[in-house]
Amino acid sequence: MKKMTKYLAAAAAALVSVSSLAQEGKPWIHDPSTIMECDGKYYTFGTGGGGLISEDGWNWYPGAVRPGGGAAPDALKIGDKYLVAYSSTGGGLGGGHAGRILTMWNKTLDPSSPDFAFTEPIEVASSQVDEDCDAIDAGLFMDPATGRLWVTYGTYFGFIRVVELDPLTGARVEGNEPVDIAIDCEATTIIYRNGWYYLLGTHGTCCDGVNSTYNIVVGRSRSVTGPYLDNMGRDMVAGGGKMVADGDDRQFGAGHFGRYIVDDGVEKMSFHWEADLDRSARSVLAIRPLIWENDWPVSGDLFRNGVYEISSVRRGYALELAVDFERQQIARRGWRMDPDEPIVSYPNQTLEDVVGKWPSGNVDARIGDWMNRPHQRWSITAVPEAGGYLGGQYYKICIEGTDRVLTAVEGAELSVNEGFTGAPEQLWRIEQLTDGTFRIMPKAVPGSNCQYVLTSVADSTPTLAKWNFASDNCKWNFRQLSF
Amino acid sequence: MFRLLAIAAAMAIATSFTVDAKKKKDIVEAYPALAPYFSTPVTEAVQPDGNGFIRRWLLLEPISKPNRTNTVFVDSYLRENLDTGWNKDGFEVPSDGQVEKMEVEYQAPVDMSAGRPRNPFETPPVEIVKAKLTWHALDSKLFNVKLYRYAVGTETGRYGAIFRAVTVIDVPEDMENVRLAVGSNSASMWWIDGEEALILSGDRRMVMDDGASRRLTLKKGRHIITGAVINGPGMSDFCVRFIDENGDPVLDYDILNK
Repeated sequence: MKKMTKYLAAAAAALVSVSSLAQEGKPWIHDPSTIMECDGKYYTFGTGGGGLISEDGWNWYPGAVRPGGGAAPDALKIGDKYLVAYSSTGGGLGGGHAGRILTMWNKTLDPSSPDFAFTEPIEVASSQVDEDCDAIDAGLFMDPATGRLWVTYGTYFGFIRVVELDPLTGARVEGNEPVDIAIDCEATTIIYRNGWYYLLGTHGTCCDGVNSTYNIVVGRSRSVTGPYLDNMGRDMVAGGGKMVADGDDRQFGAGHFGRYIVDDGVEKMSFHWEADLDRSARSVLAIRPLIWENDWPVSGDLFRNGVYEISSVRRGYALELAVDFERQQIARRGWRMDPDEPIVSYPNQTLEDVVGKWPSGNVDARIGDWMNRPHQRWSITAVPEAGGYLGGQYYKICIEGTDRVLTAVEGAELSVNEGFTGAPEQLWRIEQLTDGTFRIMPKAVPGSNCQYVLTSVADSTPTLAKWNFASDNCKWNFRQLSF
Repeated sequence: MFRLLAIAAAMAIATSFTVDAKKKKDIVEAYPALAPYFSTPVTEAVQPDGNGFIRRWLLLEPISKPNRTNTVFVDSYLRENLDTGWNKDGFEVPSDGQVEKMEVEYQAPVDMSAGRPRNPFETPPVEIVKAKLTWHALDSKLFNVKLYRYAVGTETGRYGAIFRAVTVIDVPEDMENVRLAVGSNSASMWWIDGEEALILSGDRRMVMDDGASRRLTLKKGRHIITGAVINGPGMSDFCVRFIDENGDPVLDYDILNK
């Protein structure tokens, strides 16, 4: 992840296409709920009612329906039903802070379905005027270790609290008393991983457009009711929190974390940018890879257009076009050097030096020693018209300066074909994994309905095979090249 | 004068070796330096070792192919020099002791009398000479077949050579989606039943599963695996096995040498 971040940070802004950095369509939303999938579509709800729907996870449009208005909803699928929590509010920081957390059920999130009908909302928590808590910003959490259901709530006015709910009814467990687990943050939610409970919260200034300093922090605990300590050992009740996501180059104010597990080793985090400079400074939905570093969550980066080395995690060799290695005609210098000889800077081998010697037609892909040679430099660009997947879009991967395109072929193998057709076998999904490396998968493989990923079947041999997060064969690193 | 001596030397190596082998009819007995690395097959068939490596091979004595560097082993060079049709149409598995007559390139060896090359950059002229090279059936004692030890142990070469290898596998049932996985020092090409399965180009080190073929289906019955390994300077060897879809070794088949 650090490697990727370093190189992406160094990338020239001119190389970055706007479309590759944010959800497409009309992803306008504030305080998005955790993304839910329902009958092949994705949903998120926002403050004020309503929300967004996406058919592919990349293009988002208004259309989700949530009654009740209020602030900062959350959603959770329990069995075959969806539990939605939201809050009526006392009016923000300058208000009275008499808040209410409510829950309601629906069999579907699709408003066009005949089954679409919310149940009457139930109040599960509240705060009184001038209490050290403002009961807004609900975050639902089903504990996979115990099967118990919890909701966190609260904002900058005092404590963040957690209470237990009945997963069958969505009502508060009788007699359950709130527990203070953090202070002076908002948009909290709990997630669980490897024996740790993580409390995500948002700090900084909300609702101030491009000047919002909103940022997402985390603490962790062995118990759902805390104490939640940050990486410095500070309790979140004392204001602790380790950074998960803050501002980007053109987007600012990251808030309202939600986790979505796509696959083994593939996780996403949803949130909103308070303001996107490229989109009229609107508040927009954001989806980023969720990375786990030393058992701490941190936001990954969206993949950006550029020229890359693609190296296998298996061996570290680089993906390349299987053509003759052309030697650079620069004399070997040996070890008997004149120390006073003037220094000369030689150029790298260029495409023009070698392209005429490459065979025409389709050529195999191979993995070899990285030498920054033209047959190893991959130009990767988004294909906006190809749609996307949750949090990402499809990419064309071709040898820089050529039309030789990485292509999935029948038999779940690889080829580098001449000519980009836009066909699914030439469109690649690139996702950062929870360990910071990447998986690369074709949109489709001719002659197969299976999902395959780019895989090292041997140190020097790429192929396509089924996804296995436990195997380094399925993982790749990208290094953006600086020229 | 030099040219004649060189040719004579090459002929002497090939001829004397063939005679000795025929006399003793056991290459390992004839050349004890082979013993740490090879044994003479005594059973009709063996199976892959526990990691799936094929240890039974017919090896041709090294074909002299002078190269003072391994950097020339790009794909096109290998196809031109290794894929010469020797294992294609009409190819029959050679018998142990079978002699091949061919013309080979010969270059005077590097002067190693001081224990290291006196001049590693010297490039004596390359001559074309006639040679008789013999096939030998061997079981490797190691997972990797030590071609360098084979050449040096039999006094038939050291560096600058092409090694040809042949083995026969007998598959009890159809094997689907398996791959031939190879590591070789240095570059190599591999074929199954005459069809190219894999090319490992460049200055290669022997690494297990360095390269793999595409997915293959091996029908029940016998299949001939052939390989050619080329090396300039260096410790020539190779290791070969079949792996399944998970990269695990395939173990359930017999290996023959005829």
